[in-house]
Parts: sequence; structure tokens; C-alpha cells
Amino acid sequence: MTNQRLTDATVDSREIKFETRHVDVFYGDTQAIKDVSVDILDNTVTAFIGPSGCGKSTFLRCLNRMNDTIDICRVSGDLLLDGQDVYAKSVDPVQLRARVGMVFQKPNPFPKSIYDNVAYGPRIHGLVGNKADLDAVVEQSLRKAAIWNEVKDRLDQPGTGLSGGQQQRLCIARAIATAPEVLLMDEPCSALDPIATAQVEELIDELRESYSVVIVTHSMQQAARVSQKTAFFHLGTMVEYDDTTKIFTNPTDQRTQDYITGRFG
Amino acid sequence: MVSSSDISAIHGSAAAADRLRRRRAAEWRLKAYGIAALMLAGAALVVLVGSTVLKASLAVTEHYVELGFELSPEEVGTTPEEIRRANFDGIVKEKLRTRFPSLSEDRGTRRELYDVVSGGASFELRERVLAEPSLVGTSFDFPLLASDDVDLYLKGAYGTLRTAERSGVLSPTGTTGEIRLLSTVDDFDSLLDEVKDTLLEEADQLRRLAARQETGRAVREEEAAAAETEAERERLLAEAQAYADQRDAYDRQADALEARAARPGGTEALGPTTPSVFIRINGGVVRATEVSNAAIAGEVMIPLESEAEAPPEDWTYWAMSTPERSRRISDVQIVVVETLREEGAVSASFNWRFFTSADSREPELAGIWGAAVGSFWTLLVTFCLAFPIGVLAAIYLEEFAPRNRLTDFIEVNINNLAAVPSIVFGLLGLAIFVAGIEIAGVEIGGFMPRSAPIAGGAVLALMTLPTIIIASRAAIRAVPPSIREAALGVGASKLQTSFHHVLPLAMPGILTGTIIGMAQALGETAPLIMIGMVAFIVEIPGGITDSATVLPVQVYRWSDFPERAFEARTSLAICVLLLFLVAMNALAVFLRRRFERRW
Repeated sequence: MTNQRLTDATVDSREIKFETRHVDVFYGDTQAIKDVSVDILDNTVTAFIGPSGCGKSTFLRCLNRMNDTIDICRVSGDLLLDGQDVYAKSVDPVQLRARVGMVFQKPNPFPKSIYDNVAYGPRIHGLVGNKADLDAVVEQSLRKAAIWNEVKDRLDQPGTGLSGGQQQRLCIARAIATAPEVLLMDEPCSALDPIATAQVEELIDELRESYSVVIVTHSMQQAARVSQKTAFFHLGTMVEYDDTTKIFTNPTDQRTQDYITGRFG
Repeated sequence: MVSSSDISAIHGSAAAADRLRRRRAAEWRLKAYGIAALMLAGAALVVLVGSTVLKASLAVTEHYVELGFELSPEEVGTTPEEIRRANFDGIVKEKLRTRFPSLSEDRGTRRELYDVVSGGASFELRERVLAEPSLVGTSFDFPLLASDDVDLYLKGAYGTLRTAERSGVLSPTGTTGEIRLLSTVDDFDSLLDEVKDTLLEEADQLRRLAARQETGRAVREEEAAAAETEAERERLLAEAQAYADQRDAYDRQADALEARAARPGGTEALGPTTPSVFIRINGGVVRATEVSNAAIAGEVMIPLESEAEAPPEDWTYWAMSTPERSRRISDVQIVVVETLREEGAVSASFNWRFFTSADSREPELAGIWGAAVGSFWTLLVTFCLAFPIGVLAAIYLEEFAPRNRLTDFIEVNINNLAAVPSIVFGLLGLAIFVAGIEIAGVEIGGFMPRSAPIAGGAVLALMTLPTIIIASRAAIRAVPPSIREAALGVGASKLQTSFHHVLPLAMPGILTGTIIGMAQALGETAPLIMIGMVAFIVEIPGGITDSATVLPVQVYRWSDFPERAFEARTSLAICVLLLFLVAMNALAVFLRRRFERRW
């Protein structure tokens, strides 16, 4: 466990942003998530860790209803964003996804210009009225994603022409351009080299000030470096959810202990 | 447990070497089959394209005959209305008569004289005068389009006119009418031999006819021997005798011909079944009716200027091996054309007319422009109907439709429709679009004009739709799901994801499929014939409701006509069609390569 950088531990004064209770997810007849209850706190980085196939990505995708695109997937339980059930009939998943942004494992910028990549979200949601405002939103998003200085002279170049780390930061900029409240990140650094990874991790720490960040990660070191709260998933259930420091120094459950010491993974 | 030394022994053994040899032989055979298949295909392509191009070469140029005209205002008028009404056809005919007075007396030769020039030439003269009315009253040269047979003759399609060595002095016995031409040397030996050769050919034919009669006779005799009644036997024997008599008659004729041919020297008569011979002397032309070693008897076609004898340099003779009966240009026309050619009045030029005029009953006036415009309108309608419907259907089926039995059934049927023979679509189009059908007492359809591009385009759109749908679905499926996920993650609806992201990325594949579908539609003939786009259209269609025809149907119509000139034009039209198809497919390949990896 090298380069361990433990961030601030006190999070009890934060409000609950996303409250989930007794969530079950079924793919056809197979149950992928069993009775998971987790609270995502505001202005906090929450990490989901666990071995491959334990359901952390599936659970993450429930939070912005991305699982709706899969026909055989069925979600039950309560998922409340600011007290409002996101699976209610009155909630439009399209609008939800403007409030709950997502960054994927493999950087996937649109094959459009950098400007258009970031501007697409605000445009389709009608968040800005004129070009000047749109320019401002784009610049602000790119600054927040710590990539503005690198691309400010080539905003009309295709987004796919950037390096891997830059592309991922562009995707982050794209996700925050719609002014979301929660930012979901599905293993955002697993396709990046160590330098780019360090850049993105620093960025995540900065983003914490404006958004709630939920990050799924394979790397325990990354979870320890970046998050304040950690949830450990195993075989579709959530085994333990607590402050990061506690999980990594003195976990309650034996399975958690075995996982972080590397007995299985 | 096999040891490692055992294993290396296996690899080095004779059996292994044998396997290696057989594997190498199999690989060599596969390569050889592949190369052989390629060469066979290449040879077929070369033969097909080569023969088409060769035949088309006869239509690439056209010939004109230049005559001088002097049009008086009384004949032609001075205002455009008067000029339009004037009888230019008569003016052209009169010009020909004045130029060749000796050929204008007899009605038959006069008609042949007029037929040297195309029927459309007088229209062109009229157009010229209308465009430049100042020409009235002045003398000017005007090229008249040659008729299709003269054009083919000038290209050598009916054989070439030969001349030969002559060394004698030729003396005519007159200047007009039937005269004799006597040479001091046996100049006409080779001619005589040639004529005798044709006699032998004729004798051969007669022998063959005789042989057939003989067969008939033998058959009848057999039947007579097997006859049941006396009356029948007598009848059959009588028929056998008739066959025998006919056979003998043929044999006698053949004998006579062979005797004539065998005789050296002598005089042979020339006619429609023998080569034609013309003597050019003293500014006149004589057509030979009898030839012997040193003398010609003939009729004067163009009067001689004098009865003076001509040294060898001053007279020529032309021989045309193909007899008059076997060619479509007559002796009179050959004389006219050759006389004009000697004066330099015959010129050839590139056949632009083929690419700029519409169809015509006369081959020398026919062009593909009308069919090309018709094809354009029809394809436009096809594209405008098939492309949007096809692409939208593909998007719906790929992105929005639920996966159930119904959509599977639809997919199977779309794939099947792509294989339906195109003529079935023609029947469907005829029934519904053009004629209309009655279902339960309700009239449905029948709202489109027959022969119009809108009907043809609708039929072809039905035919092209499955191709476009299948290609579009494949292109949409090839867009990586990460793009869709990225769009959905930003909060785009399914519709926005499909149209803002998936469709632009799938567009190269969709366009490739569309172009290929259009290229197929361009070459379709059967369904368009079914809905009636096979009429004779002389005007260029101005829109999608005008009567029109399309290029492949034009080819089909021309291939039916007997004139040899249409054969050349059919091949040239095929070449034009092939060029269009190659260009469209090349565009599809270019697009595919260019947009291959854009994300």
C-alpha cells in the first residue's frame, strides 16, 4: 500500500444526497444485487470496492437509471435523490441524467470538436440561452476538469485526437457541463497510465467541493487515496459501508478484512 | 509418457515428411484454382467488354455529305414563320437531283439517290437558316447527315471497295447509255476469276439443295415400300418422283454453272448476286453488266465527258465483293457516295448527336439523352422515396423496436424481399400504382400516370428499400455502444442519441449501401417494362409526370430493331450504362475507404 494519502475523515456533518434502501436488481432470473442500502453524502467522494463481478458497476448504473437501457434488467427498492424517488413514474430518466452525470471506464468523447463535446449536454437540456453563455459554460467546465489550459487554443479540434488522460478529463468536463449534483465514475482510471491517473485523482479531489462523487474502483489504493466513505461489495450484497479510514485500518466484517489484505480479489 | 527424443523422432520421420509434401501440394493446388478462377473471370470480362466496345465503335462517328445551297427568298421566305413553313425536304431533294441529273430520271434510282441523305437532314438545314436568316439569298455549304446505311458503308461494314492494278489504255464507245469499254491489256482477269468464284459458290448451294431433294425422295420411297394401300403407295411414289425431278433440275443448273466457271476467259454477266464493278473514266462512272478479260460492257451512271481513250493513270475501277442483294447500300448509292468522296464532300465527325438527342426511328438520328434524363428523374424519385423510409425504418428496427417474435418476423421478411425477382415488383407497381385494384368494392391505387418516372421510381423504390434497410442496419449496428452510452450518460434521449450521434457515424455505411442500391436500380429493365416505360418517347421528359424511358429499357428496345446501325448504337448505349455503373460503384468504394475509421 504505497503512496497512501488519507483525506479528511470527518463527514458526519454532510447531508445525505442519495439515499438507497433495500435495492434489488435482477437480470432476467438472476439476481445481481441483493438488498443493498447505502447513503451517498453530499460533497463527499464515496468509493465502491470489491472483487470482479460483485455488482458495484451494476449498482452504480442504478443511480442514474442507465440500467433502463437493458431490457431484461429489473430494479426494485427505494432510490431517493434529495428525498425524491428516481424510479417514480413522474421522473424522466433523461432529465435525471442531467442531474446525475456519469464518466465511463474507457474514455468515450464524441467524435466531434472539443467544444461541441462539452456544449452538447447544455444544448440539449436548454440550459443556456445564447452563444456567449454557452462559451462561458464550456470554459468553466474545462477549467474545473483541469484541462482548459491544454485545449483552450484548439477547441474546434476533434475530441478523439487527445491523449487518453486528456480524453478522460474531457469526458469529466462533459459530465459536469450539465451542472449535475452527483457525479458517478465507473473505474475512470483503469484505462489510463499512472501519470494520467494521478491527474484524474487530483481532479476528483477538487470536484468533491462542488459535487457528490461516487467512484467504482478496482484499486484499493485509489479508494484509500481519494475517498472519504467506502462501501465494500461482495457477490451482490454490500458487506460493509463506513469511513474510508475505518474500512482500511479496522474493518468490522471478516470478508472485508480478507479482501483488503489481499486474501482474495 | 512420450519422451522428448521420441517426439523429435516423430517430427523428423518419413510420415511427417510425407504429410508436409501433401500439405504443400494442397496449398499449391488451392492457389492454382484461385488463379485459374480469376483468369477465367478476367477472360469472360475481356470478351464481354471487348466485343461490346468493338461493336460500339461503329457508332462513335457519323458522316456528313456537304452540298452547296443557294436559297432564294421566294423559295424559303424571309421571316421566321415563313422559313419554318418552307419545304426544306423538297429543297434538299432538288439539290440532289441537280447534282446528279443522270440518276434522277428513273424513279427507282431517284429514290436511292434521295436515300443517301438522312430524313433529318432537311430539319437541320431549316434550323440553320432559322438561326441565321441572313443566309437566305447567299450561297453557302451545308453538311447533310448521311443515312445510316451510307454511314455504315463508309465505315466499311458492308465490305470495302477495291481497286486493282491496271496497265492498259481504256477506250469507251460512248458517253451515255449502254456502252462498251475496251482495254488493250487483260486488265479484268482477276475480276473475271472473282465472278467465276461466285458462280462456283452458287453451284455449291444448288448441290446442297439437290442433296436435300434426294433425301426427300429416299424417304418417300421408303414410305411407299411400307405403304398399306395401293392408292397410298402410288401417291408416295409420285411424290418421290417429284423430288427426283427437282433434284435433277438443281443438278443440271449446278452443272451449267460449273461448266461456265471452268471455261477460261469468256464473258460473264454481272447482277445483283455477283460482285459489283464500276469503271471511273473521263469524269464519268460506268456500272459493269458484263465482264471479260479485256472488255467491260455496262450502263453509264454518270455521263462521261468525252469518248477519248484514257491511259492507265487516268481511269480506275472499283470492285465491291459483296453482291448488291447481300448489302443494304445499292450500286447507285455507292456511285453517288464515292463521287462525292472524291470531291472531298464527305466528312466524318464525332457523334455528339448520340449524347444530346432523344430516341428516333432512324438510327442515324437516335440518341440516349432522352433515356438518360428519364433515368435521372426515375432515380431521383427512387432516392427520395427509398432513402428516408429505409434509413428511418433501419433506425427504428435497430434502436427502438422491442426484440420479440414480430420484429424477428419482420427482419426475416426484409431479407427475403431483397431476393425477390424484380419483375414481381413491376407487377405489383402496375397493379397498385398504375392500374389500381378493387378490394371489397373499394378502388385502391391507380393514381400514377403510366410510363412516368414517378411510377417507375415508386416501383424501383420498393425494390431498393430492402437493400437500404439491410445496409443501414449493419452500419448502425457497427457504431460502438460506448458512443451511445456516452450520449445517454449526458442525458440525451434515445431519439437524440440516435440522430445526433449514431446516425452521423453510421452514415458512410448507409451511403455505401444506398449507392449500391441505386446502381442496381439504374440497371433494372423488367419491372419498368411491366409498368409501360417502354414506349417510343421522342421528347426529353421535363419532370416526373412526363412520359419517359430509361437507359436499360432503351437498350432493350434498340436491340430489337433490325437495322445494323442500331446494333452499334445499342452497344454504345450499353457502354454508357456500364460507365455510369462503374462510376457509382467506385464512388461507393471511395466513400467506404474514406470514412472507414473515423472514431
